Amino acid sequence: MAEIIDLVLLGMLAITAFNIIFIKDLFTVVMLFGIYSFLSALIFVNLDAVDVAFTEAAVGAGISTVLMLGTLALTGRKEKASSHKTILPLLVVCVTGAALIYGTLDMPLFGDPDNPAHQHVAPRYIEDSPQEIGIPNMVTSVLASYRAFDTLGETAVVFAAAIGVLSLLGLPKRDRATIQSGLKSHLVLRVVAKMIIPLIVLFALYVQFHGDYGPGGGFQAGVIAAAALILYALVFGLPMATHVVPPRVLKALAALGVLIYAGTGVVSLFLSANFLDYSVLAEDPVAGQHIGIIAIELGVGITVFAAMLCIFYAFAGQTERKNIQ
Amino acid sequence: MIEIISSVFLIVGAFFSLTGAVGIFKFPDFFTRVHAASVTDSISTILIIFGLILRTDFDLVAVKLLFILIFMLLTSPTASHALAKSARHGGLLTLAETRSDKKVGDD
Repeated sequence: MAEIIDLVLLGMLAITAFNIIFIKDLFTVVMLFGIYSFLSALIFVNLDAVDVAFTEAAVGAGISTVLMLGTLALTGRKEKASSHKTILPLLVVCVTGAALIYGTLDMPLFGDPDNPAHQHVAPRYIEDSPQEIGIPNMVTSVLASYRAFDTLGETAVVFAAAIGVLSLLGLPKRDRATIQSGLKSHLVLRVVAKMIIPLIVLFALYVQFHGDYGPGGGFQAGVIAAAALILYALVFGLPMATHVVPPRVLKALAALGVLIYAGTGVVSLFLSANFLDYSVLAEDPVAGQHIGIIAIELGVGITVFAAMLCIFYAFAGQTERKNIQ
Repeated sequence: MIEIISSVFLIVGAFFSLTGAVGIFKFPDFFTRVHAASVTDSISTILIIFGLILRTDFDLVAVKLLFILIFMLLTSPTASHALAKSARHGGLLTLAETRSDKKVGDD
């Protein structure tokens, strides 16, 4: 039964991917990208990787769709016809693809229990993490403690992306735009948005602090909280949103999150342990791990929230400027 | 017994979902398609989530499913409404108006 579901989902994934390649209407393509992300989230659920599915649904289908739509508002929805010769690139792609497929022939079979990953790393985490880290969600203990350095890198990447967008587009000024924007005529939308936005923020906090016990954590929580404010900005207008969360504060928050994360590592350094080894943060090593994981998840959440909202502000500010002119 | 009732809920819900999908393909214009998608979506959400709640032990999972139901019932009709209203503002005519070639007034 699971195989049939997997096959159907993978087939739909392939159809969506081909449509994305061939359709010239960029608005449709963005929507198809959202569908693609949801389909891959379903596949991840089917593989029992709930944390990954959650991230894929929140980041891939949620926030990146909104950001791409924001870009489309600036660039227009038609793809330009390319005048390049397509033979040589096609050849390069075919050769590279063939080389990659040839490379996978040496890899162990998918789902083979004798894979190297299932021989020492996975058993080590599964057997020792309940005693060493002591939190029910093993994914979080791998992500936030054993592989904390990787996650620090990911957080820094999100931060760098926000900096890149800001240096290209710049943030909107807080009280410069006086133009009436937002959806004034959509009364139903405004009422429902008012009802839902607090619930979304509450859910984001739940995801943030429940990440030790179930699927969730800083990445998802930050994206969900940013989605709440983006909804607010879309319905009530960008000036209102920048009034609630000023861009100046966002810049500070984005840096603060990375600072909290790296600072936790430095604190553990000063307590004569390795960088990001949380066991020394409290008397009891397990309690120290809990404190460390909560601290760095908070850092991740703050940075992701601020970075996503910064990027949205930058795009929306450009659109608003274009509308004024 | 509860198992059977739950199955009936799930099957009827899946049927309504399917009719919505058929409607999107078969109906002639935008507004009828939105109607097909939204109305069947609402009823099938209610039926499927009730069917799922009957299969839980009426614990935290049931409460979470209820939360999902409330959220879906708030957002899904709102999205359809916003979609149809935006189309109307954009000047899209209904099928009847296109046929009688009537000018549409501002609503």
